[in-house]
Amino acid sequence: MSSKKYLNLSRRQVIRGLLATTAFGATAKFGTGCTPSAQTTAGAGGASPAAGGDEPMTVGFIYVGPKDDYGYNQAHAEGAKAIADKFSWIKLVEEASVPETTAVAESMRSMIDIDGAKVLFPTSFGYFDPHILKMAAEYPDVQFFHCAGLYKEGVHPKNIGSYFGYIDEAQYVAGVTAALTSKTAKLGFVGAKPIPQVLRNINSFTLGARSVKPEATTQVIFTGDWALPLKEAEAVNSMADQGIEVVTCHVDSPKVVMETAEKRNMFCTGYHANQVALAPKGYLTGAEWDWTSVYTRLMEDIKAGKSVQSGGIPHILRGGLKDGFCKMSAYGAAVPAEAKQAADAAKAKFMDGSMVIYKGGLKDNQGKEVIPTGGDLKQQDIKLEEMNYLVEGVIGS
Amino acid sequence: MTAPAAPEVLGWWGVPLAILAGMMRGGTPFLFVSLGECITEKSGKINLGLEGTLLTGAMSAYAISYLTGSPWLGVLAAGVSGVGLGLIHGWLSQQPRVNDVAVGIAMIIFGSGIAFFLGKPFIQPSAPPLPTIHLGDWSSIPAVQAALAISPLFVLGVAIAPLLKWFFQSTRWGLFIRAVGDSPDAAKAMGISIFNVRMLSVVAGSFLAGIGGASLSLYYPGVWTERISSGQGLMAVALVIFAKWNPMQCLWASLLFGGAQALGPALQSVGIKEGYYLFNAAPYILTLLIMILTCSPKRTLTGVPGALGTDN
Amino acid sequence: MNWRRTLESICLPVGAILAGLVLFGIFCSLVGANPFGVFGSIWKAAFGSWSTFQNTLIRAAPLMLSSLCTALPARLGLVIIGNEGALVVGGLAAVSMGLAIGTSLPPVGVQALMAIAGMVAGGIWIGAAGALRHYRAVNETISSLLLNYIAIALLNHLVGGPMRDPNSLNKPSTAPLDAVNMLTNMPGTRVHWGLLFGLIACVLAYFLIQRTTFGFAARTAGGNIRAARIAGLPVGKLTIIVCALAGACAGLAGMVEVAAVQGAANESLNVGYGYGGILVAFAARHNPLGAVLVSLLVGGILASGGILQRSHNLPDATVLVFEGLVFLVVLYSDSLYGKLPFFKEKPVDASPPAVTPKSPSPV
Repeated sequence: MSSKKYLNLSRRQVIRGLLATTAFGATAKFGTGCTPSAQTTAGAGGASPAAGGDEPMTVGFIYVGPKDDYGYNQAHAEGAKAIADKFSWIKLVEEASVPETTAVAESMRSMIDIDGAKVLFPTSFGYFDPHILKMAAEYPDVQFFHCAGLYKEGVHPKNIGSYFGYIDEAQYVAGVTAALTSKTAKLGFVGAKPIPQVLRNINSFTLGARSVKPEATTQVIFTGDWALPLKEAEAVNSMADQGIEVVTCHVDSPKVVMETAEKRNMFCTGYHANQVALAPKGYLTGAEWDWTSVYTRLMEDIKAGKSVQSGGIPHILRGGLKDGFCKMSAYGAAVPAEAKQAADAAKAKFMDGSMVIYKGGLKDNQGKEVIPTGGDLKQQDIKLEEMNYLVEGVIGS
Repeated sequence: MTAPAAPEVLGWWGVPLAILAGMMRGGTPFLFVSLGECITEKSGKINLGLEGTLLTGAMSAYAISYLTGSPWLGVLAAGVSGVGLGLIHGWLSQQPRVNDVAVGIAMIIFGSGIAFFLGKPFIQPSAPPLPTIHLGDWSSIPAVQAALAISPLFVLGVAIAPLLKWFFQSTRWGLFIRAVGDSPDAAKAMGISIFNVRMLSVVAGSFLAGIGGASLSLYYPGVWTERISSGQGLMAVALVIFAKWNPMQCLWASLLFGGAQALGPALQSVGIKEGYYLFNAAPYILTLLIMILTCSPKRTLTGVPGALGTDN
Repeated sequence: MNWRRTLESICLPVGAILAGLVLFGIFCSLVGANPFGVFGSIWKAAFGSWSTFQNTLIRAAPLMLSSLCTALPARLGLVIIGNEGALVVGGLAAVSMGLAIGTSLPPVGVQALMAIAGMVAGGIWIGAAGALRHYRAVNETISSLLLNYIAIALLNHLVGGPMRDPNSLNKPSTAPLDAVNMLTNMPGTRVHWGLLFGLIACVLAYFLIQRTTFGFAARTAGGNIRAARIAGLPVGKLTIIVCALAGACAGLAGMVEVAAVQGAANESLNVGYGYGGILVAFAARHNPLGAVLVSLLVGGILASGGILQRSHNLPDATVLVFEGLVFLVVLYSDSLYGKLPFFKEKPVDASPPAVTPKSPSPV
């Protein structure tokens, strides 16, 4: 008799259909009619991106985790909120906890088809291939801005822009601060996975430290995933047991790392956002994103009629401290004057563009030369985004 | 804070110390959830939903501790929220033709949904944590002091384990639970209400699991985030089998599983770097091996409740 | 079976879903959202138009195959929850096969071999749980749960190390499959062929269980193992074969996920299709055809998750509460069969034991 179930479910749909059209029909306008019809027609007609006037524009943001994770997603969500507050013509639509599967493709599609979004910011790296690539090909009028992806000219659809910040510059400055504040220059880094973004942060942090104290070392522990609070706490504790004085991290939510470090009387430097409230005694400084400034500039450009398709907005948008993609937390009370001075000097070199972190002749921690002598790599060099080594001075895999 | 005290380098000694500390820190939630699951399973029902209970407990404890300033009220709230979810599970899983495993999985979704939904405002603030008992003050080594700063909840859990063993062995109510779990028909003949006994067992188990959640958010790692439990509630189900439904062995197994969580990071900190994913899977592989080695079709496992996994 | 019983089996699930909606509506109004607006949005996002219904279909596709991994062994009385693990190893095996062959065969041949590889791997994975159950009396629920964690650790290990494509940069993945070997969408839709695989598998499973001697044997063994042994049924073989078939379905789901969606194996294989499938199987009362419809329902719920956030400012966790409530009520509705007076057959035309049992009794 259970085989009869298929009958009743289709029946259910009929009943729900009737209910929805009758009872909810009147209220649907109230509930879902927030989409201004003007945009939908623009979307269907394939008109050029909205320009000039105070014509409203729908902008969609998609996050891989919850919006309030005290980390990666929150940094983006705060940027999104800031532009929505700043520009009254922006209508913000957001979805959080969207996995990197067909789900994200469908979310993008709904934002475009139902909400009439003209600009999308799918913020997780894993959304890029294949999901953003497919959707961008299908909706050539919509601009897709992807965080951290690599746009390939001629290979990928023209309406994709890739943006990311050289936050490792901030990590370098944090490394300088950490090394000079500590006595022994034994530093620690809790990483999620050994991927290029994480490796680059570890390396820049270490190179910053070694630029002022050549004997400095960074112990790395990988937890294996982006959010494993218990493993992160264990990692910090085992670093404390090994006599490490300053710890920093690259995981989705640094809260556990900062609080555990504070409990163990260690120093720490933050990541993603300002975490001084979590470790008032031991917080030295931190590498923070400044997506608000990036998003503000992008939206101003779009408002002015520029687009990534037409080349008005570059396909690869990168920047560091100088360009306002990232910033430093204010120094904590424990930072001595000497360390502040050296850190400010390093920062000044980033601001005037004279700093090169990855100089020719750099060796990895196996003693192999990874950058040939004389072949300095500037921050913009795409080779750095494919980093697969840890530099000399890093202890760990 | 002045600069950290001159760091003592422990080297390889750090590994056993980390495991010891991990046992007490990371083992506490395992201990509560597994003791809770043990009571539940002894009565013949499985509650996979303890994962959701753990999350709801962690959220309630953190929220109440933050709102009232009293972590102990938070612990109580965690237990009460566990009771709430336990009532749903206990009632629903005893309806005819309703499978307890299915209800458990639905309760994971529902419980985590409730915890995440209501927990949004509490991710940012810092709630007052539970005080710790410093057993390591005799040592001058900060690592030892930190490792021996144990939670009162851990002490409580360690005390509950033998109590529970005594409860099952020597009390009338313990006998009821075992009777209902082993042979419901005989229990019915004794005039015991199967429904009530199982309901109470599930609710008591959920109460403990909720407190396990409080240990996560108010002691270690001491935050409320949506990824706080990472599967520990489900793992406790395996742990109870590993422990052969014996509360004292639940204690040892929880310590072992807690220590195993510290193993990966501790080994990396002294330079062993390969295969951390496989280290992380070690407890699961170990449990499966033990099950394969100790189960046999010819004899039933000692301690296994007879009615477990049947529709009875 | 008379009309009252038919009506009962129609009204109970429908009523359960409506009750779930009412509960969710109450929840919404408690947190300050207009429940009718929310219902309107859910309808619009999940079933409102052909375009949004495709969204539902896309999300339902992996659930159909995954649910069979629980539904088939349930006929033998086994509760298998290793869907996630079988899906993951199926995906891994399919990618390995696809990468090994490359373009030396025509795409259809590669796809077939990938599907076979995925099914074999998934089949071995769950078949092992069945074998352990039969030969070592290891509880299959727990062993399959443990196998999930082991499969996920294996996936992370292989993708992060031995099988990692250095070009996958910030999202560790295996090397990508050749574009020609990818499964395409069904013509005129944006739904991939995995949906059809799911439908076919569900129909085949239905016929296997309900209409063949093999299925009859399995159901007999599930009803009473001792009687089945006395009747000379090869219970051990049945257990292993049914479990292997179940695992093969989940393994095929893994193959579809890599060959139609991701193009490589990575952590996105492990996003909860397995646990979703378990609930679908139970809500469908382990009927493969029912699983198709329940998958559509869950697909619709998942498809509406986005609009709840975008149009009603509800947090991302709302869809979990919704899904949880609907499932709890649907599971509860199972216990009402034969209990509601209206649907009770008149004692004259019914078989004798029409009295409602007071306490739970084995079915």
